[in-house]
Amino acid sequence: MTSFWSNWIIILTSITIVGVTWILFGNRKRDNTENQTTGHVYDGIEEYDNPLPAWWFFMFTVTIIWGLGYLVAYPGMGKWEGLLGWSQEGQHDAEVAKAEAKYRAMRDRYLALPIEEIAFDPAVKKMGQRLFGNHCAQCHGADARGAYGFPNLTDNDWIWGGSPAEIKYTLNHGRQAAMPAWGPVLGDQGIQEMTAYLMSLNNRTADSTLAEAGKQKFGLFCAACHQADAKGNPLLGAPNLTDGIWLYGGSEADIAHTLRSGRNGMMPAQSKILSEDRIHILTAYVYGLSQREGN
Amino acid sequence: MSELNEQLEHPVYNYKVVRQFAIMTVVWGIVGMLVGVIIAAQLVWPDLSFQQPWFSFGRLRPLHTNAVIFAFGGSALFATSYYVVQRTTQARLISDGLAAFTFWGWQLVILLAAISLPLGYTSSKEYAELIWPIDVLITVVWVAYAIVFFGTIAKRKVSHIYVANWFFGSFIITVAVLHLINSAALPVNLFTAYSLYAGTADAMVQWWYGHNAVGFFLTAGFLGMMYYFVPKQAERPVYSYRLSIVHFWALVAVYIWAGPHHLHYTALPDWAQSLGMVMSLILLAPSWGGMINGIMTLSGAWHKLRSDPILRFLVVSLSFYGMSTFEGPMMSIKTVNSLSHYTDWTIGHVHSGALGWVAMISIGSMYHLIPVLFGKSKMYSTDLINTHFWMSTIGTVLYIASMWVNGILQGLMWRAYNQDGTLTYTFVESLVASYPGYMVRLAGGFIFFAGMLIMAYNVYMTARGTEDSVANTQTVAA
Repeated sequence: MTSFWSNWIIILTSITIVGVTWILFGNRKRDNTENQTTGHVYDGIEEYDNPLPAWWFFMFTVTIIWGLGYLVAYPGMGKWEGLLGWSQEGQHDAEVAKAEAKYRAMRDRYLALPIEEIAFDPAVKKMGQRLFGNHCAQCHGADARGAYGFPNLTDNDWIWGGSPAEIKYTLNHGRQAAMPAWGPVLGDQGIQEMTAYLMSLNNRTADSTLAEAGKQKFGLFCAACHQADAKGNPLLGAPNLTDGIWLYGGSEADIAHTLRSGRNGMMPAQSKILSEDRIHILTAYVYGLSQREGN
Repeated sequence: MSELNEQLEHPVYNYKVVRQFAIMTVVWGIVGMLVGVIIAAQLVWPDLSFQQPWFSFGRLRPLHTNAVIFAFGGSALFATSYYVVQRTTQARLISDGLAAFTFWGWQLVILLAAISLPLGYTSSKEYAELIWPIDVLITVVWVAYAIVFFGTIAKRKVSHIYVANWFFGSFIITVAVLHLINSAALPVNLFTAYSLYAGTADAMVQWWYGHNAVGFFLTAGFLGMMYYFVPKQAERPVYSYRLSIVHFWALVAVYIWAGPHHLHYTALPDWAQSLGMVMSLILLAPSWGGMINGIMTLSGAWHKLRSDPILRFLVVSLSFYGMSTFEGPMMSIKTVNSLSHYTDWTIGHVHSGALGWVAMISIGSMYHLIPVLFGKSKMYSTDLINTHFWMSTIGTVLYIASMWVNGILQGLMWRAYNQDGTLTYTFVESLVASYPGYMVRLAGGFIFFAGMLIMAYNVYMTARGTEDSVANTQTVAA
């Protein structure tokens, strides 16, 4: 802030407070003759000239004195930083430092231990569940069973891999999945054939002629990511297409739509939001979710 | 000018425009509060949007706020200020044509708002959502309003200017300044314009506007109303002239500083936050000055409260005014604000002012005004006024009490943490805990709204009634 603006603020504030004080004290009437009118009459309305109520005058004065005191103790008057040296950044940093001093050592103790070892520790599970509730549940659900477009984290069907290291990588750096739109390439007939083939892979009723034609095209267009056996590739985030688990719906129409128009999945990176020790605990919690199911 | 009027030493007043605005006050009150009840229900049952974008909470909420503040509150202020300025200056409005223009212009603004907001056209500025062509229309209507009001003051037949007119005058001038500065934008097409301000400066201008919409539109304007209708209905002199001087000047000087308390613990610099908080606290006494002057005016007339429900409306509105102007400075204290900010407490605070103060003082004033405007000695049914009074009071109490409970509940749940340093509750748990409060709020809002329907019936029966007893029927007919 330049000196000009600092002075501008100080002068305007002072004029306001001094002006209000002057109006207040200037209208103080010491003789307490009550119920004399001013002599004005407006549409039959008269006005008494009663003195300011004493308690109100006192309250007004106290708030003004308090305000002046606050502006001496805290920032307010332009560049003046206040006798207490308070700032909101300072308050934030102090609160964070206090919390870190209290909790960091405990979490760091867990950071030193392998995920597999702490995944079933009750304290870790409790912490992990609270972190999950505030940072993950908005998409994956409070029970971590996911929703349309957001994977179920309890079923051991991992799109990007379910080892502790892979889960931690996903949490830290996020994931970006892209299923291309095949409509222009396959055409309506091709989409129909591919849909039939994918349904047959999951032991569902499908026209065998169409499915057979789809199988040929699968090798050509899809196997590069989803593998020849359609069991997927976690390195690319290409899901397993044979296990009956569908991120974007498994009805015939849903599958055809995914094939025709493609899909984009995005897991946001948490490393800028959560500290390393918290990510570690969260990893253990998420890893534990799928293990708990006994898969 | 009739003989009668010459005897009374005042000209024939323009009651037509007052009558029009008074009727629209009731109409827009019903519409605005109905939309409020609908969005309160949507917070309980989110599926009530029926998947229609125009019927979703995000679009109906600004429609509700604009309808109750500017359509209902605005019409009440136009009606009462035109009535009061004529009666207390003993001068007819300087131009019937210009006054009629303000009526039709303001109704057009409201109509355009009612169409554009559900369609999703917005400037994205809270309480100033209307797009720039409507902002231009508002400016034109407001200038006409200022000319009519101050022109009438200028040709007044009494030497002094009555305190009610100071408040109306400060409201008209300040709202003009607020509207022009906050809405300043560069249009790129008919529906879109970009604000002249960016980032934190934009937020500060927005809340400087937002809080002074409360301070000058919803407080100073309605204090003008109070200063006429309370002494008139109580038939008592105003308690203290010097108190009105002190609290008027202190109120207008200090209110304009209070905006930054909406931006505590944000990117707004510390100095601005502090000044907003200090001025908000100093504002307590000036705000209460109006309440004291209104309530103490009843000295010697307290017994009238037993038989006069109109006076009850006016006095209870002053009590709610005192309560919310105590609550406001408390909430502006950083320590309190860190709990109350972003919770339903804020919504409760706003409605303690909006329902308890603004709506109830307007309703009381309308019950005084409407018989006069239609040449009747009193409203069709005093019992219905009394019923309306109790519905309004109970509705307001249910609304604000449920929001206090919700607000404190949310504030405490959001900040609670466990022994291990993690948060005790997730956001959605605080939402689930808020449902009972949302139900009570809906009930309170509905009761208040239903009271407005009773008022509409009473007004209709008064207006069409054949009873004509007051001497100035001639004046009204003129």
